[in-house]
Amino acid sequence: MIELVSQDRCIGCRLCVKVCPTNVFAMEGKLAVIARQEDCQTCFMCEAYCPVDALYVAPQADKSANPDEQELIESGRLGSWRKEIGWNPGAEDTMAERDTTPFFEVFTEAYRGKQQEIGK
Amino acid sequence: MPQQQQATTDVLVLGGGPAGAWAAWSAASQGAKVILADKGYLGTSGATAPGGTTLLVIPPVAELREQAVQDRLKAGGYLSENAWIHRVLDQVEQNLQLVEEWGYPFPKDEDGRPLRTHLHGPEYMKIMRRVVRKAGVRIWDQSPALELLHDQHGVGGARGINRLTGESWEVKANAVIMATGGCAFLSKGLGCNVLTGEGLLMSAEAGAELSGMEFTRQYAPSFADGTVTRGRMLAWATLYDAAGRPLHRGDRTFGSIPELMLKGPVYASLDLADTKEKQEFLRNAHPIFFMPLERAGINPFKDKFLLTLRYEGTMRGTGGLRLTGPGCETSVPGLYAAGDAASREKVTGAISGGGAYNASWAICSGSWAGRSAARLALQQPHPAERRMLRAAGRYGMPAGAGTARTLDAKPLIAAVQQEILPLRINYFRSEPVVAAALQRLNRLMPELGGQVPATVQGIVQSREAAAMLNVGRWIYTAALARKESRGLQRLAEYPALDPHQTHRLILSGVNTIGIRTESVPHAHELRIPGEERAI
Repeated sequence: MIELVSQDRCIGCRLCVKVCPTNVFAMEGKLAVIARQEDCQTCFMCEAYCPVDALYVAPQADKSANPDEQELIESGRLGSWRKEIGWNPGAEDTMAERDTTPFFEVFTEAYRGKQQEIGK
Repeated sequence: MPQQQQATTDVLVLGGGPAGAWAAWSAASQGAKVILADKGYLGTSGATAPGGTTLLVIPPVAELREQAVQDRLKAGGYLSENAWIHRVLDQVEQNLQLVEEWGYPFPKDEDGRPLRTHLHGPEYMKIMRRVVRKAGVRIWDQSPALELLHDQHGVGGARGINRLTGESWEVKANAVIMATGGCAFLSKGLGCNVLTGEGLLMSAEAGAELSGMEFTRQYAPSFADGTVTRGRMLAWATLYDAAGRPLHRGDRTFGSIPELMLKGPVYASLDLADTKEKQEFLRNAHPIFFMPLERAGINPFKDKFLLTLRYEGTMRGTGGLRLTGPGCETSVPGLYAAGDAASREKVTGAISGGGAYNASWAICSGSWAGRSAARLALQQPHPAERRMLRAAGRYGMPAGAGTARTLDAKPLIAAVQQEILPLRINYFRSEPVVAAALQRLNRLMPELGGQVPATVQGIVQSREAAAMLNVGRWIYTAALARKESRGLQRLAEYPALDPHQTHRLILSGVNTIGIRTESVPHAHELRIPGEERAI
């Protein structure tokens, strides 16, 4: 679930309010806030679109993880999804460009080996 | 609701996932004026945007294609239509060529030929938004449609609400394309909570028929705390029980997980990817699978993580609005359907279209619906702005209110989920259990006659509750009517395929649900004795 709108980083651009598919954010004064956390679908799209990496979506869909902002910054997790997609300024390539892999099933067949039965 | 924003257009597209985006682009490319209204945001909405999608592409080699079509026909219980699969294979190739021209970086093989087998969602949908805008489409984000407008000539527009401003909107249009996706009952599969079935409900209220609603027994494995449903990754997993004993290895179809879960919790570890090279391949192919696990402190290649199953409803199931023609027409004039809002039986038959088939279907059905809707709209003998259109919405709307009680959407949604999500009712289907669940759902119907709270959330969620309740009723009605097991439909009492039921089940109506059968072109090919057990 969405756990953090960094009030230090938020520039009040409203983009998260606009792009959230389940309408979780609202503006309070000049900054965005989490207005309906229970409606969050943990899709990480807001993080991808936030231009200042002010948002953090914890992977847990149902329980609140209450992460610490400083810890998120230090571990590099704040903004990490946007960076991985390649939408951060100065990105060398995008996720789509990095995926030069052949067809998934072909790779699986070639490298995983035959499916193994257990207990038979 | 006071009318606050009004517009007239040629084509109105409802939904901003891939199908809606392609429909809008396609209609605009025919010269039609187009408005696209989405509940969320074209670019983030729907099942594709947050993750990605594998595409159905088969090289234009006659034998390869014929083989794929024949395989599907058999696997899909002879309910698919060969001509439609061929159409999809032809069309998707043209459209993916465009996606590449628009800037999507498909990888290339050694000979420099693009490998157009997979799309990363965020990039794909960002491109689609740009292209749709460039084509002149007016995009209304955060603007869920609530009901259709209609008259004796058919559908002629829709009404909805802007979630950010609270303003209501009304668009009169000569043609409407329903591209609102399937219904996944707020089960929190990645990107699927936008998909709550209002498109099916509003179409049914306007008289549209549904087909294939019984083929909806699809659950996807996900990391238990999380949302990401990438079952294909489990091809690289060993499944373990709570004591750490291996249960299964490299199950591509993950079909046995519900059975395993009956016995106790199931854990997975991608330990079949046992070299750096293999791990890197998987990590780059599906970053969305790994990122949440890593954030939770789990190394999926080493650690065992608990699995859950998330219900995928009609989304990775197959049912939806019945299509009546090659232009993705529905049974109501002026109303078209594309993507998961439409029944995908024509290309998938009785089995799931999950992954490749549905992705290519969204692209193709969107393109066809857009083209034919534009043609109709531009020749319309009864222009929408001169028609006496009525609003068709009733269930979970002020027009259907019959009691003084308040409609409290959240507990109602929870009550619907209680009947629809459990494996013991909906996966391990049996006549008495499904019939009892259907009865309990029927008894919830009077709740929809409550007073809708006059807030944005109240208005939108009341309609979502009404849609999920009725999609649930359609699913169980169809499941009880198909007294056999075929593809995604199973009934414990009828474990085998019955060749006499090689037809489609067509539903109509909301309060009273009508049901009839429709013949399929390849039914006569299901003749070989003993083959039924293989399906």
